[in-house]
Amino acid sequence: MTSGYIQAQFLDTTGVHTLLTETLHLAPWAAVTVECLLVGVGILLVYALLALFYIYYERKLCAAFQCRLGPNRVGPWGLLQSFADMFKMLIKEIIHLNHIDRFLFALAPYLVIIASVMAFAVLPWNDGVQIIDFNIGIFFLIAVSSIGVLGILLAGWSSNNKFTLIGSLRSGAQMVSYELSIGLSVITMVCLAGTMSVTGIVQEQSDLWFIFKGHVPALIAFVIYMIAGTAETNRGPFDLPEAESELTAGYHTEYSGMHFGFFYLAEYLNLFIVSGVASLLFLGGWQPLHIPSWDGFNMVMDYIPGFIWFLGKCFLLSYVIIWFKWTYPRLRIDQLLALEWKYLLPINLFNLVLMVLVIVFGLHF
Amino acid sequence: MANITDIIAGLFPGISVDTPEKSAPVVTVDDSKWHEVAAALRDTKGLQMDYLVTIVGMDWPEGLGCMYYLMSSVTNEIVGVKVLAKGDREQPSITSVADIWKVATLYEREVYDFFGIVFVGNPDMRRLFLSIDWKGYPLRKDYDANPDLNPVSIESERQSDFTSTYSRNADGTLAKEDVRVFQPEDFVVNIGPQHPATHGVLRFRTAIDGEEIKKIDVYMGYIHRGVEKLCEGLTYPQTLHFMDRLDYFSAHNYHHALCLLIEKAAGIEISRRAQVIRVMMDELSRIASHCLFVGTFCMDLGATTMLFYTLRVREQILDIMEKTCGARMTFNYDCIGGVMADLHPDFVKDVKELLAVIPRNVKEYNDLFTGNVVARNRLSGVGILSREDAIGYGVTGPSGRASGWACDMRKLQPYSIYSELQFDEVVATEGDSMARFKCRLDEILQSARILEQLVDNIPDGEYLVKVPKVLKLPQGAWFQVTEGCRGAFGLYLESDGSTKPYRLKIAPPCLPQAAVVDHITRGYKIADLITIGGSMDYIVPDIDR
Repeated sequence: MTSGYIQAQFLDTTGVHTLLTETLHLAPWAAVTVECLLVGVGILLVYALLALFYIYYERKLCAAFQCRLGPNRVGPWGLLQSFADMFKMLIKEIIHLNHIDRFLFALAPYLVIIASVMAFAVLPWNDGVQIIDFNIGIFFLIAVSSIGVLGILLAGWSSNNKFTLIGSLRSGAQMVSYELSIGLSVITMVCLAGTMSVTGIVQEQSDLWFIFKGHVPALIAFVIYMIAGTAETNRGPFDLPEAESELTAGYHTEYSGMHFGFFYLAEYLNLFIVSGVASLLFLGGWQPLHIPSWDGFNMVMDYIPGFIWFLGKCFLLSYVIIWFKWTYPRLRIDQLLALEWKYLLPINLFNLVLMVLVIVFGLHF
Repeated sequence: MANITDIIAGLFPGISVDTPEKSAPVVTVDDSKWHEVAAALRDTKGLQMDYLVTIVGMDWPEGLGCMYYLMSSVTNEIVGVKVLAKGDREQPSITSVADIWKVATLYEREVYDFFGIVFVGNPDMRRLFLSIDWKGYPLRKDYDANPDLNPVSIESERQSDFTSTYSRNADGTLAKEDVRVFQPEDFVVNIGPQHPATHGVLRFRTAIDGEEIKKIDVYMGYIHRGVEKLCEGLTYPQTLHFMDRLDYFSAHNYHHALCLLIEKAAGIEISRRAQVIRVMMDELSRIASHCLFVGTFCMDLGATTMLFYTLRVREQILDIMEKTCGARMTFNYDCIGGVMADLHPDFVKDVKELLAVIPRNVKEYNDLFTGNVVARNRLSGVGILSREDAIGYGVTGPSGRASGWACDMRKLQPYSIYSELQFDEVVATEGDSMARFKCRLDEILQSARILEQLVDNIPDGEYLVKVPKVLKLPQGAWFQVTEGCRGAFGLYLESDGSTKPYRLKIAPPCLPQAAVVDHITRGYKIADLITIGGSMDYIVPDIDR
């Protein structure tokens, strides 16, 4: 088989395939369709659950930063709070506005969430546990995650509201700029890995994570990626498109009910995706922490399953991003763009050259 | 005092200067000479009356007119100017002094709104607080308050893109000219009245070019309650209760101010214990108010966590207040003759506990926010207000002191026991948002210093002296400026000898602070409007009254 196909590898999928084709006597195309549907439902379920967890996670963390308790009434330790919120959101009325572009207004939240679900599908959870894996996986991820900005621009423009328009234009400027930094820092790491396949990148790190292997240039790329990733998810201190105190709620001011819920879910899941990509590029994805020639240590680390490693790294990186948000004041639009074009981009270009030199002269570990 | 009246009498022979015993000298000027006198008052050496504290619209038995209260930033002397309006009650007019004191533009609009006096030459002669369709001028004595005339409307308020300016024709009649507020091609965004960062129901009509601000039209009056009018129908002790509801964070300070004024007018001496208690409460309020400022300001800039750190200290202060006053807001504690109730037995212990944590907390705020590179970029050099503009626009309090104008009324017009206390006036020279922020942080420490001096020296004695059950003030007028948490708080009281004030004018510090926003935001970004507005720290009920 070529590597450019959709491969359902949740657990042992051959069993499911056998069941469909041999027990139920389905034609191969029908079996594949059923499998794809199952995968689709599975991914949406995991997506929603993870988003709910993230809402709870951020609330608890920010409460801790702010000397508060956070949600503690619904369920033990407030665990069911985000479920309650989700149901509230689901049964809320979607308010119909006059004088808007109805089609684009309704389309915008779906674009945002589709972009985020597609990017989510690329992440490898464990050895072989991955929805889409092909030889330009990381490139695909960058490409689909850029669709989100289109949704935000449409949302702001179709609402026919000055606040949303300013919010979405800010967002457009911000995301297009920071995409450059993300792209360049990813390319830097792709140079080190020698492949664009997500599986390949993770496999390359089985002996040592890239952040250690690539030392200085990898570390610079990591820091830049984290900054640009935070900006890409529109989170504080880069939350200008929403900028509550300036633009009320920015581009999604006019949205209500589940339409708003989609923006909300996508925002939290993008946080996970950014952390996930950072962990697979720099911290070895689902690979355990290995240190060359420490065999005993490495064996102990291998006992911890891959998906725990992956989720653990994601949550740790998300913790850092959440920490940013609840500590720093917001930047101003010109400062935000100056940071990207005057600092991050030149550093990034220099860093790419540095990484290539490191690889050519074999200076990495 | 004599010096000032001499200079004025020397400049304008034949001008009448009254020197009342307990208030500032009052000069009476005819409207035809007023503009010339005003310019001379501002520019003559030895007078330099460059700060217009307030304009008090008046409906005297002899006719409509205004009391202008001026203060010098050089000599710190206060002088009042009385000008009677020309024309009949249908169209009274006074020459505008908006070109001499910048803040007069707004103060004259207020007088026009309440008394219908037209100011000739004012570039923006609209109503300020009431809606444009309001019938009548409420502070006139013959105002008909019948609700049928001005029913509560369920329609959207009518808006106009035009303002008026008046000039005098050769025959003395007035000519009206309409002027556009915004140009038709302007992209105008409504920031407020319901907006997270306006700290109440204040509305900025903002013309923007991309992210850049071209012009702001401040639209006030959403929480106007007519406090001055209400006071005219109530007895002196009853008027006190409104003071809590203006700037609710300076409730103690404002209460204190009105008590001082009434006591001065009635000739009541209060005990030393009551004075110390009042000053301690003022300074506790100041710390609480500045803490809240730091928190909400940082939250406006996106640093939400700071709010909770500052609320910790404020909470401690509110607990102290609650024990003694029985309330956490609208304390209603100071009263004529002293204070309502004696201190709670835990007061001294609680204040000492508070004083122990304040330096640590201020250091924490500085570590977390002031030193932060993002915060410095957002604040430094943003919204620079020069010293001249601060005085011209009447921006007092920490915001004025950040521009290099030493305007602390506790130092300039010492009242109560402030002259005996050791504290520094915090003055910065930068005039930007960062300076305004830092001034407030430093004032927290100075207030703590005052509390330290007093906490162990609260004298014994009665907390409330006997005052007559029915309080009548002698005929006369009194004016006084004290320091609220946000700046100079002026009060003008005129009595006709009855139990109720003939006129009680409140000159709040927040009105000029909101008025200056247009001037200092031009050319900055929308995000800077939030920074600048936040750093001015106005309270909307104080603006609207």
